[in-house]
Amino acid sequence: MTASSSARERLVRVRAMVKKESLQIVRDPSSLAIAIVLPVLLLLIFGYGVSLDARHVPIAVVTESRTPASEGFVAGLRQSPWFVPRSYPDIHSAVAALRRQDVEGILWLRENFGRSIESFRTHGVHVVVDGVDDNTARLVEGYLTNTWDTWIGFRNERGRALSFQPVALDVRIWFNPDSRSRDFLVPGLIAVIMTLIGALLTSMVVAREWERGTLESLFSTPVTIGEILVSKFIPYFILGMAGMGVSVIMGHFLFEVPLRGTLGVLFLTSALFLTTALGMGLVISTVSKNQFVAGQIAIVFTFLPAFILSGFIFDIHSMPFFIRVLTHIIPASYFVTILQSVFLAGNIPGVIIPNAIALFAFSLFLFALLVRISRKRIL
Amino acid sequence: MAADSPPRTAVLSVRNIVRTFRSPRGIIRALDDVSFDVAEGTITGLIGPDGAGKTTLLRILAGILGADSGRATILGFDPATEAPALQRHLGYMPQKFGLYEDLTVGENLDLHADLHGVPPERRAELYAPLLSMTALGPFRTRLAGKLSGGMKQKLGVACSLVHAPPLLLLDEPTVGVDPVSRRELWEILARQVRENRTTLLVSTAYMDEASRFDRVVILHAGKVLGEGRPEDLVSEARGHVFHVAYPSWSPRKLEPFLAKVPGILDAVGEDGGVRVVVEGSAPPLPAEISTTRIEPVPPRFEDAFMQRLARGAGKTSRTAPSPENLGWQNKKPGLADGGHEEAIIIRELTRDFGSFRAVDHLTFSVGRGEIFGLLGANGAGKTTTFRMLSGLLLPTSGELRIDGKDVLGSRVAEIRGRLGYMSQKFSLYSQLTVHQNLVFFTSAYGMSGKRQRDRIAEIEAFFELEAYREESAGLLPLGFRQRLALAASVAHEPSILLLDEPTSGVDPVARREFWRTISQLSLWGVSVLVTTHFMTEAEYCDRVAIMAQGQLLALGSPAEIRARARTPETPDPTLEDAFIRLLEQAQPPGVPA
Repeated sequence: MTASSSARERLVRVRAMVKKESLQIVRDPSSLAIAIVLPVLLLLIFGYGVSLDARHVPIAVVTESRTPASEGFVAGLRQSPWFVPRSYPDIHSAVAALRRQDVEGILWLRENFGRSIESFRTHGVHVVVDGVDDNTARLVEGYLTNTWDTWIGFRNERGRALSFQPVALDVRIWFNPDSRSRDFLVPGLIAVIMTLIGALLTSMVVAREWERGTLESLFSTPVTIGEILVSKFIPYFILGMAGMGVSVIMGHFLFEVPLRGTLGVLFLTSALFLTTALGMGLVISTVSKNQFVAGQIAIVFTFLPAFILSGFIFDIHSMPFFIRVLTHIIPASYFVTILQSVFLAGNIPGVIIPNAIALFAFSLFLFALLVRISRKRIL
Repeated sequence: MAADSPPRTAVLSVRNIVRTFRSPRGIIRALDDVSFDVAEGTITGLIGPDGAGKTTLLRILAGILGADSGRATILGFDPATEAPALQRHLGYMPQKFGLYEDLTVGENLDLHADLHGVPPERRAELYAPLLSMTALGPFRTRLAGKLSGGMKQKLGVACSLVHAPPLLLLDEPTVGVDPVSRRELWEILARQVRENRTTLLVSTAYMDEASRFDRVVILHAGKVLGEGRPEDLVSEARGHVFHVAYPSWSPRKLEPFLAKVPGILDAVGEDGGVRVVVEGSAPPLPAEISTTRIEPVPPRFEDAFMQRLARGAGKTSRTAPSPENLGWQNKKPGLADGGHEEAIIIRELTRDFGSFRAVDHLTFSVGRGEIFGLLGANGAGKTTTFRMLSGLLLPTSGELRIDGKDVLGSRVAEIRGRLGYMSQKFSLYSQLTVHQNLVFFTSAYGMSGKRQRDRIAEIEAFFELEAYREESAGLLPLGFRQRLALAASVAHEPSILLLDEPTSGVDPVARREFWRTISQLSLWGVSVLVTTHFMTEAEYCDRVAIMAQGQLLALGSPAEIRARARTPETPDPTLEDAFIRLLEQAQPPGVPA
């Protein structure tokens, strides 16, 4: 007799294990909940609840002397979709309002406002923004500047005065012309969801087998460690791709995120990333052997970094150097870049290929590590 | 398959196996130069206390754990280097239920058949005898997790036999299984050996099982203490076993006393006296109990085991705990003989879960200082009764009184203060030290200040936990964990102690220590209500109640219950025989609960 199994026997064993795993997925509502319900929930929360756009921001306006210029500027502000100006008699009451968080910022038109406009001198405009929420603060600042520019431009067209600014600022937002943060959030969110499905689910299911003692039974049968890993991989790969499908469908049809790249590229890159995520989950559970610990590690080492450091919400380019280096070891950051490109810009080989290669390298590394650390031994 | 058959000469041989583990207490030699052989078509028992190395050895033989040195040959293969080839032929059933609870009986069988490469066309032929033997046939589509404890173990056996292995390794297959299922399980295994010449290597903590094996290997602290046919081992104890009775002391007082006499290797209460195993040819009794009645009795396997263990381990003498160092005597003095007072009164107690009646008009009472055993198969209603007693579950109807107080009409907290509860699961905080656990549990019952400090010091002294005071509870050896669990459950000076399968999986040595403590507590007036699957343990009880399907089948002293099962064929039935007979009378065999 021979020690090694025939290819047919291997196939029978893998098929039996995949079937077993699939039955467990179907019968255990928690894994289906993580794979399907969680993505839907997260997408709904982020799609509807979280918006990085500032709209109807309450802002205090203090006008020290009413002039046609100041009246005009405030009227312009009122027409902007971004602000709801509220008048305050003096700067002190405005500051008090800011402290109470009644307003997000203060526009202070000093007494010399009108005169300075006419005479090319420094303008008597002060802007105070609430820096507690840095993100909103920057938005308010940006939008106020924008409104200011618009107003100046408007004045120039009417030829009422010469512009103090020979070159007008013309802001154009590429790839997201509507500047809808949702379009930018949803692809990133999908990457985070995929990390969650991949890492959390697999890390829990292998640890579960350790905890329940079922792995000890399995180990005493002729099944090899490679076959066990393959059989864990296949069903969760399919489940993960299903979660991906649900997310893409919701993103495109419910949140109307454009899909400018092709589905083929989306599918291939997702498969590559999911492989990486599943690999992380399998490594975690091989090391921890305990569902609770595995779940914690999966969240701390895969989900949270994917959330914070992938560039999904927080722009990587504005991070400090050290953190920026750190983002290179977060697989999700490569996938976020790919997805944002595929959704918003299209198939751009210069973006997609290098990032895909990085993901491929990650999955190779993780599976090589997995083969090295897993043994068919119970200790 | 025929050409694949492994050589049949040496079925299993173990030579000088050593395996060590690193633990926070240092290097532990789990197996220390272990050698023995197993002949084809026989049942060999691996017997020893917890931590003796039984599971480690079986895992090494199954090829799922490495040895430090030494060599094993199973079915002609070396498990260390040829595990894949070995595992095609080997059957292995781990101690922990290793099947998938969310798969059905049939799916579990199919999975194991697939993994062992059993061709689909042979399955019907292989499954049929397994399903009929295990009586699992009607449950093929039931989820394994929904089976009773006994049926789960049978399914485990069926799965490990699905590829008709010539050798089967079983790790404590009958732990936590009720006596009826236990007997059925052994019938299945014996038939397998008889009809298919399967070789079995089985580890067990049940001494009565060991006496039925062809050969036994006694393991202790990683070393082989003895090996041979059980009859031969038992005959070594002949002439060393006696029944000792001293009319003026109850067995409960006599047993712990005798256990500490030098020259006495084992003492256990039995039949109004104490059964002792002695080193010499007569019990070396001290002068103060010289008017004792001493009768030689035929030895049992357990006597031989305890004899070997005492010789191998070197008997350790503990200082006798005295009643003066505990707090009970000034609260509830032990009653004089003949005095009687009811501590628990249960009348017509009933509890329904939907249309299912878990407890059905149960009536009994437990006296002050009495040890009362509640016996029954899994699902008989014991746990439900316990939950109602502890106020965790409301009865559907009936009356429940504790120390004269109506449980239903009183504040739960007031009743709880009188109850101590110890469950079969380890319910202490493993990350806290022994001392911190005791502080927590006494604080939970409202103790503080000097009273708490004194009480904890008392408890630590009584249970001899001082040496382990600063150790994490989770790292204690099993026997000490059990002791700590008991210490925690009595730390608030309860007058009633509820024990739910307290010694499940505990070896005979630790079990004796445990029961001596319980006996001591009962002498101080603590009433003890205990559930157990060990019928030998039920012998410690003053009275036992046998339950089935929520009803009381029998109530009486162990001797009375045994007498009820006396027939011409079995003139001297054990409590286990009686238990099985009563259950069969109540429910015809073959109809699972």
